[in-house]
Amino acid sequence: MPGGLQRRAMQPAATPPRRGGPRSAWTGRRAADVRGAAMSRLAATFARLRAGGQPGLVTFTTAGDPDLRLSGEILGALDRGGADVLEVGVPFSDPLADGPVIQRATERALASGSNLTAALGLIARLRPGLSAPVVIFSYANPLLRMGVDEFARRAAGAGVDGVLALDLPIEEADSFRETLAGRGLDTIFLLSPTTSDARIRKAAALGRGFLYGISRLGVTGARDRVADGASEMVQRIRAHTDLPLALGFGISRPEHVAEVNACADAAVVGSALVSLIGEAGHSPDVVDRVEAYVRWLKGAATPKGTTHANA
Amino acid sequence: MAFLTRRDPDARGYFGAFGGRYVPETLVEPIEALERAYLAARDDAAFGAELGRLLTHYVGRPTPLYEARRLAAAWGGARVLLKREDLTHTGAHKINNALGQALLALRMGKRRIVAETGAGQHGVASATACALLGLECRVYMGAHDMARQALNVFRMRLLGAEVVGVDGGSRTLKDAINEAMRDWVGRVDDTYYLLGSVLGPHPYPLMVREFQAIIGREARRQILEQTGRLPDAVVACVGGGSNAIGIFDAFIADPAVRLIGVEAGGEGIERGRHAARFAGGSAGVLQGTRTYVLQDEHGNIEATHSISAGLDYAAVGPEHAWLRELGRTEYACAGDAAALDAFQMLARLEGILPALESSHALAHGRSVARELGRDALLLINLSGRGDKDVQSVESAIAQ
Repeated sequence: MPGGLQRRAMQPAATPPRRGGPRSAWTGRRAADVRGAAMSRLAATFARLRAGGQPGLVTFTTAGDPDLRLSGEILGALDRGGADVLEVGVPFSDPLADGPVIQRATERALASGSNLTAALGLIARLRPGLSAPVVIFSYANPLLRMGVDEFARRAAGAGVDGVLALDLPIEEADSFRETLAGRGLDTIFLLSPTTSDARIRKAAALGRGFLYGISRLGVTGARDRVADGASEMVQRIRAHTDLPLALGFGISRPEHVAEVNACADAAVVGSALVSLIGEAGHSPDVVDRVEAYVRWLKGAATPKGTTHANA
Repeated sequence: MAFLTRRDPDARGYFGAFGGRYVPETLVEPIEALERAYLAARDDAAFGAELGRLLTHYVGRPTPLYEARRLAAAWGGARVLLKREDLTHTGAHKINNALGQALLALRMGKRRIVAETGAGQHGVASATACALLGLECRVYMGAHDMARQALNVFRMRLLGAEVVGVDGGSRTLKDAINEAMRDWVGRVDDTYYLLGSVLGPHPYPLMVREFQAIIGREARRQILEQTGRLPDAVVACVGGGSNAIGIFDAFIADPAVRLIGVEAGGEGIERGRHAARFAGGSAGVLQGTRTYVLQDEHGNIEATHSISAGLDYAAVGPEHAWLRELGRTEYACAGDAAALDAFQMLARLEGILPALESSHALAHGRSVARELGRDALLLINLSGRGDKDVQSVESAIAQ
């Protein structure tokens, strides 16, 4: 096991990185904004976005799509291109909450030999060179199959910051959340248009890092426009919590990112990015195209509080 | 063993360590609403009366309990009594549940139904219930199953349902459930998901069991009337396990009655060639519930195989997993070849074409009958009729 793997778990709470210090292998460039080690890398990232009034962008890609090597290069490109949080999907045989685009990505990743162990290996290898926090995005069964204790140990060792288990709602997640917290990992919960105010409060009380809002019903997939109910949903969530909020589902263009950032802390781009990867196949220029795409998405989003440019 | 006469899952939908509600956030509160609606309906005499009226006058219940003397003689063991669910309207036990849930959907004000189907019997039952109650019906079916159960595809379309082929994954029941759930997630406000077995998130395993429990209630009364005593063993096939839970339910509190579920042994218990979850599986989460699942070391669901589309599924109902753990039920498997033999044997000796699913219960029933001996009573759930399977059987015999 590379020496760096255990560092995050072993790092004592007492030595916050110096402001403006060099890029640290384990805290990344966000180290400058970490006010204390009690603040997770995710919390620090969102604090930085809020402090600077900057638009946030969360990206989703599947580990091992189109293969593990290119998938690693793609994560590096997303990081360079300005993604603020990298969500790494664990391929699972039965992705029942995903639309066709991510289903295909899952199939490509599984065919390339990817799985939870490989995803954690990929993250461990990349972590020293990445700035953005990394969130594992998975269906419950691969995590449960590995064993929650073992998963938490390995994920913390790999430098993972947070975990979102898609089909592990708050009610099923008690011991999961506690085990993850014991390893310094944030458990991220989803909020949907069907989530009641009572459960928003529960998710806000139990969730760490950020909340992930899905702005409309349905499986994952890009749409021409952001759902009409998005800002209303954000207001409903904001009435109960100040946790950072990333809003996803259907985002594919800079104006979507800008629109979402007008009310939330970050926009999540998933299917549109994954489509681009799918279209590129194994061609090596996929890495440059991904980086350019993220820059395009991010660049058109103006700082918060100013008028949004129409792209 | 602690004996339970009432086996409701706990408040979170667990039967022991199995069950629960492992669903995406969008479905959590709609499923809680479904649970509330179901619990209110089952306590409502008017709901029970309407379902009872349909079961009697439309489905044709009670179904007969028929003593298969020639079959028993050929097997050379116990007396054999067949619970004739194949004689219901639409030809399988699935209609008991489909009507119950369709009435519930109507009560909840949902006029669009989605359902999955494997062998097509649940799809036909759902399409039938929707035609009867004036509901829109869309049925998801794996492309592989559409090919091998073409008759049922045509029946569903005649009944006004839209049948949507699913090309993902193994193109069987599991993939049809994924697609039905995707549909539901997108239209949860106006759509009711009519799940066909004791699977999925709570309250489905409870609700489907209760709609199917009429099988066991009738069978218990009928066998007491006909023979003056309870059976020594009850045998039923187990895909998701709704016909088995349905007939076991009335005998759970009778410890002397052995309850035996039969899974699909396919071509042998090797990875990808069978659907015997208790023989080759382990605890996991699939499609909303924690139960026994066929999975690899990374938690991916393994391919399954059975000649019978209705048993060709990688998980089993959570209550089965729990009853097995308690030692109350036992599970065996029967392979493709044994099921084919049983299919033909029942046809020739009793003039009954059983579904290939039910043929698995018959195949294992034969060894149970021999084990029990001449004076014993063996009750087998003949869960469906085999008209849908004649083409599959013809091509299998020809090979």
